[in-house]
Amino acid sequence: MIEITEVPSPFCGIGTDDLTIRVEGVSLKVIENGCAVNTPAFEQVITDTHPRVNGQEVSLEEAIKAAAALLKDTRLPVIGGCATDVNGMRGLLALADRAGAVVDNMNFTGARNNFLALQDSGWMNTTLAEVKNRCDLLLVVGTDLEAFAPRFFERYLWNKEAMFLADTGARDIICLGKAPSGSASTSPSGKQAQVLPCATEDLPEVIAVLRALVKGQPITASHVCGIAVSDLQVLADKFKAAKYSVVTWAAGALAYAQAELTVQQLSEMIKDLNNQNTRSSGLPLAGKEGDQTANQVCGWTTGYPARTRFSSGFPEYDPFLNDTKLLLANGEADALVWVQAFNCKSIPPETLLPTIVVARSGMVFSKEPEVFIPVGTPGIDHAGHAYRMDNVVAIRLKKLRDSGLPSTADVLNAIEQAL
Amino acid sequence: MLIRLTGGTVYDPASGIDGQLQDIYIQDDRIIDKPQGEFKVDQEYDLKGKVVMSGAIDMHTHIGGGKGNIARTLLPEDHRQDPVHRSDITRSGCGHAMPSTFVTGYRYAEMGYTAGFEPALLPINARQAHMEMGDIPILDKGGYVMLGSDDYLLRLLTAKKDQKAINDYVAWTMHTAKAIGVKVVNPGGINAFKFNQRKLDLDEQNAHYGVTPRDILRVLATAVKELGVPHPLHVHGCNLGVPGNVQTTLDTIQGIGGLPMHLTHIQFHSYGTEGDFKFSSGAAQIAEAINNNKNITIDVGQILFGQTVTASGDNMRQHANHKHASPNKWVVMDIECDAGCGVVPFKYKDQNFVNALQWAIGLETFLLVNDPWRIFLTTDHPNGAPFTSYPHLIRLLMDRSFRNDMLSTIHPEAQKMTTLASIDREYTLQEIAIMTRAGAAKLIGLKDRGGLSAGNFADITIYTDNTDRQKMFEKPDYVFKDGQLVVVNGKVVSTKWGTTHVVKPDFDPSVEKGLKDYFDRYLTMKLGNFKISDEEIIEDGRGSITVHPLSS
Repeated sequence: MIEITEVPSPFCGIGTDDLTIRVEGVSLKVIENGCAVNTPAFEQVITDTHPRVNGQEVSLEEAIKAAAALLKDTRLPVIGGCATDVNGMRGLLALADRAGAVVDNMNFTGARNNFLALQDSGWMNTTLAEVKNRCDLLLVVGTDLEAFAPRFFERYLWNKEAMFLADTGARDIICLGKAPSGSASTSPSGKQAQVLPCATEDLPEVIAVLRALVKGQPITASHVCGIAVSDLQVLADKFKAAKYSVVTWAAGALAYAQAELTVQQLSEMIKDLNNQNTRSSGLPLAGKEGDQTANQVCGWTTGYPARTRFSSGFPEYDPFLNDTKLLLANGEADALVWVQAFNCKSIPPETLLPTIVVARSGMVFSKEPEVFIPVGTPGIDHAGHAYRMDNVVAIRLKKLRDSGLPSTADVLNAIEQAL
Repeated sequence: MLIRLTGGTVYDPASGIDGQLQDIYIQDDRIIDKPQGEFKVDQEYDLKGKVVMSGAIDMHTHIGGGKGNIARTLLPEDHRQDPVHRSDITRSGCGHAMPSTFVTGYRYAEMGYTAGFEPALLPINARQAHMEMGDIPILDKGGYVMLGSDDYLLRLLTAKKDQKAINDYVAWTMHTAKAIGVKVVNPGGINAFKFNQRKLDLDEQNAHYGVTPRDILRVLATAVKELGVPHPLHVHGCNLGVPGNVQTTLDTIQGIGGLPMHLTHIQFHSYGTEGDFKFSSGAAQIAEAINNNKNITIDVGQILFGQTVTASGDNMRQHANHKHASPNKWVVMDIECDAGCGVVPFKYKDQNFVNALQWAIGLETFLLVNDPWRIFLTTDHPNGAPFTSYPHLIRLLMDRSFRNDMLSTIHPEAQKMTTLASIDREYTLQEIAIMTRAGAAKLIGLKDRGGLSAGNFADITIYTDNTDRQKMFEKPDYVFKDGQLVVVNGKVVSTKWGTTHVVKPDFDPSVEKGLKDYFDRYLTMKLGNFKISDEEIIEDGRGSITVHPLSS
């Protein structure tokens, strides 16, 4: 039995790297600094260790041969999930390039709200250490932040000391839209977050008014979607008075049509603030299921984010048409490869197409895939790299145990070679 | 395997060879002397009438790291203009302004380049830079770690720590980030921007720390020298792009007090305020200062006309420049109490007075600096232009009538404001070889690279001599990387993986005490998880690390 300290987590997205984990054979127990997201993700037991072809246990070599044979004559295979580490994505993209496949990260439809705004007008953003040391006003938009990342407030807002704030507990936390599900946003000294509640789909209207107020435009209405304009005026004034305000949102939580315009409105409001003699930055929340990792590696390998097809022999990005769901539904795809090294509950979408699953041990299927290859989890079964939500920082994942499970990269590289 | 390159005209400034007929022997990955006695040549290349140089080295090119990937993500419409198909031996990708990693490697090699150095390795983003460079085939690579706006250094300065403490921190950072040099960008300015300062002159204090850019340059240049790092402190100065910044640059040269210093993309720092448009060339003054101060080296950061994207650590200046964004979209980031970045697409236009004069200022600088060992050919890829424009730039330097033809087409007011037409100088092949090979290897401190004498790695480029120098340099006949033939007639014929060049200066291990406390209190990562291990670069089986000697 050993105890491993300073373990980084690829699960929570916020780069938690202070976990202590007890390792006994292949079983893991988080004994320090766990949370509702990380602890179950680390402690999940290994069930399958053998690949299966048509439900029969086979050797890894046979499974790889079967996967290659299945992909050989396809016209448009779709590689979905794309939830793995950097080396896994490298292997995945090499395979996609050779097979003429579509690469589509499972969180892309949410992330698209950010990409469309970024690719249309850009933004001013920040990272977690700047939040920890500078942020004096945090606006959380349409997202239950503590459910998203249980330790966000503890690690990055209620830190005991900050380089540029006398009292971290004095930070203003304002939640727009969703109210927090717990009390993590309350400062250690008891200062509660202010909540300006509205329906998620009303956010575009509310944010449009907030931005107008930031720009000093007159608003004649007294209320917008149930929020008093005077409350928004107070918020706008706080933004202008703050030294380093931060606006955060989870693109996937903005679950309504054309939410990219909300991200754009927020990002343009931040730019406006930076032209009014103060500093303000955005902080998009992400980093789950390898989504930032997929977009980063696909970015440097192809130039585009991870919703890109290789069927013409070169990468073609389309944030709408390369959607796995659409390609399965409209009959364009003729095979599905599902790659999910982090989360065995994240099963492939239902399809009658031949399916190869390269995923974390323990996945339970409603329909047994033609090929299933259980792989190790990055940061548990093998070392690797994963990107944090703020996209700048890649964390070095540790190997915690010897499970004998291959990595995603091992498997995908072998399939690519077999082709 | 023994290869003989027979009868080529060799330009090898590292050995003082200037256009002599010479055979070159390659045994496996190295150049060797002609073997003694009887020997069997496995492969011979007849190079009669061909020009032979070592593989070119780009000493300042943004090929790895987060801001480059932001630039890629920002510009899908640029990539769509230049799709790159896969082949049996090469991966697909995209080209133009900020190519994908694989295409970066192929296109550099296809121009005869065999190494590229990323000048802005943020310590916190160094992993990404190395991972991206790990996906660049053929080229050797390396990086200069960026310091000067990191809160830890500024705290050391405010606490009046001695030079030894600074040296230990710099050396430790070079180890952890796997760097071969140290860069400073807008010294302290990126940090000042986070405190809402919008400009920072050489002697202006950071609002929080009270430290000036001059202080930062002095301690970092001293650290680099005292640690024995061969590459002098790599400086992106204050006031990038600001009319009148020529004075800042001259003051920076004086202020460094004779310490070795490399001023990068100096074109962007050579602007006066004369003329009707209050924008003029400071190239003559800069060139004079370079000629008179042997401790100074520069690269130019030439701009060339067309669409590109600027990606810089200088978020303060990039924020100010965002109003020139074309297309109008841009990204500015504050990063981890460490640094920042700004990504602004640019379209340089020959009929825009400022752009036209920027073009002329770069060329004036090339032509007025006398010593080719102290000036380097760069466009600050992709900031002045994509690296694929180098052959065109070489023709501008080597062909006066071509240059003057181009000059006669730019904005007429810019033509009046430049002395370019009166400059007769044409670069020679040997001077090009110095700037892009021998000089670059010497500047970075690369052992056994950048030369063609026995013992060097066999990084060799062979061109067909052509008076149209653009045609000549854009399509080498052959390129060898570590003895492997990788390019024939300007096309990749095989690929391999290059090495990562680093230096490892000594430091007192007790430096980690203060750092650990700082990381635990203020940063978001444990110190142990911050350090990049050698294994991370070599574990995928295709990377390697080459450690170069320190200066004595």
